[in-house]
Amino acid sequence: MDKATVNNIAKLARIKVSDAETESLAGELTNIFDWIEQLNEVNTDNVEPMTSVVAMAMPSRVDEVNDGDDAERVLKNAPDRPADGSSFYAVPKVVE
Amino acid sequence: MSYLIEGETGDWEVVIGLEVHAQIVSKAKLFSGAATDFGAEPNSQVSLVDAAMPGMLPVINEVCIEQAVRTGLGLNAKINLHSVFERKNYFYPDLPQGYQISQFLEPIVGEGIITLDMPEGPREIGVERLHMEQDAGKSLHDQDPKRTFIDLNRSGVALMEIVSKPDLRSPAEAGAYMRKLRAIVRYLGTCDGNMEQGSLRCDANVSVRPTGEKELRTRAEIKNINSVRFVMAAIEYEAERQVEVYEDGGNVVQETRLYDANKGETRSMRSKEEAHDYRYFPDPDLLPIDLTQDFVDQIKATLPELPDAKKQRFIDDYGLAIDDAATLVADKETADYFEAVAKAGDAKLAANWVIHELFAVLNKASLSIAESPVSSDDLGKLVGLISDDTISGRIAKDVFEVMVTEGGDPADIVEDKGLKQITDTGEIEAMIDALIADNPEQAQQYRDGNTKVTGWFVGQIMKASEGKANPQMVNELLKKKLG
Repeated sequence: MDKATVNNIAKLARIKVSDAETESLAGELTNIFDWIEQLNEVNTDNVEPMTSVVAMAMPSRVDEVNDGDDAERVLKNAPDRPADGSSFYAVPKVVE
Repeated sequence: MSYLIEGETGDWEVVIGLEVHAQIVSKAKLFSGAATDFGAEPNSQVSLVDAAMPGMLPVINEVCIEQAVRTGLGLNAKINLHSVFERKNYFYPDLPQGYQISQFLEPIVGEGIITLDMPEGPREIGVERLHMEQDAGKSLHDQDPKRTFIDLNRSGVALMEIVSKPDLRSPAEAGAYMRKLRAIVRYLGTCDGNMEQGSLRCDANVSVRPTGEKELRTRAEIKNINSVRFVMAAIEYEAERQVEVYEDGGNVVQETRLYDANKGETRSMRSKEEAHDYRYFPDPDLLPIDLTQDFVDQIKATLPELPDAKKQRFIDDYGLAIDDAATLVADKETADYFEAVAKAGDAKLAANWVIHELFAVLNKASLSIAESPVSSDDLGKLVGLISDDTISGRIAKDVFEVMVTEGGDPADIVEDKGLKQITDTGEIEAMIDALIADNPEQAQQYRDGNTKVTGWFVGQIMKASEGKANPQMVNELLKKKLG
């Protein structure tokens, strides 16, 4: 894997990576990919993808409102809010 | 018939596919127990799941699955008994998870069909798929010069994304598709179809090609259009822009564009250009949805009569013209209203009154059929009074105006204002005799072969009777007396 690919992945994941780190990450990721290549050698034709270690149906909820209605709890960790105290998160301006 | 753009190098065909986001009608969100009502105080309908607090796990709302299946059945589509939620990864402040839970490779609904009633005849448009996904929160960019405000009330609300095949060929077809889809989901009760509140939004994929070319050319995607009129206008503008680009020797680039309704044009959203790497993968927090055929069949058994079936019934049972039937079934409330009016007897007359007189009043006052100042019962009575010759159609319009402005039972209005039609032969004969006696000159003209004066005589009688004389009888009796 080359440095450009590493930089692109870092950018998509919003992780800041220095030039020095890029070099070593490229090596590490290449090793991981090699390992996956090895897994690819196994023949998995006609094998259903495993979605869970225990065979079970997905649990569901009934359609009823039993949560929310507590903006203060939700906003407790908000780094910033409007000056008038209204219950929005405030973030640096996002231009379209 | 077909919509073509005349370029300098020849005619161009427009190819359109629509992706419609329809908010599922449910009390709670797709994966949390927070409410979905529109217009609540900011962040008052947010659970810690919707805010993506660490450690929170999504649990699917069973009604949302049911609604998606119901919609699929309404679109005559294949229901996939096995479907999988995946994560669509991107960063935006109103997406606290950093990914949207959506379906990608294995959606809950596969291929279906929507039939459009075009003036040239019916047109079948393919539906590619329908999948469930979470809505994002809402960003307010205009409240503060330096900051964007985020409201997560919409975050996690259940959406159906309904993707059409690139089968649409004109802005008119795209508009008809939107209207038909809206009608279907409203009939089904799976989406309220409210475009102003964003319950139904549309992305349009538009490309053009010279007529006769088989391959599809590069498309541009116009995002987030929130009215049928804008969908049509945006496509028209975009198609013409693309033709111009090709004819100037350029190439259309695949990009996301925004429709500016004020300027009536689309423009590139450059910021989104490199954001199309979503790195989908199955969501490890959720198991696949596995349905039984029995579950699907049970939903199928409860489907209501849908617009196409209703339209056919109106044509078959009431003898309505295709266009009238299509107009009446576009909206379930309108169809119900019409059927209540038609109980009075003459269904064609009832259709005429609903489509022409009532719609005119509603449009003028921007009212919905539910807000109609005249109830279906009262309009039915009015139609009844016309059918049994109590009043003429012309007088009925006056009575209707009173019903709209003052309200009241049409029979009482006719009685109070003395508007009952004069159908008494003797009374009409007396009026005609008097008129002929007073105007021997015109009577002579008629006898000399100028039958056109009949019109003048009829007018005079109607005037003298304040419009109450039965016009047919006046015509017949006049001929007899003058002849």
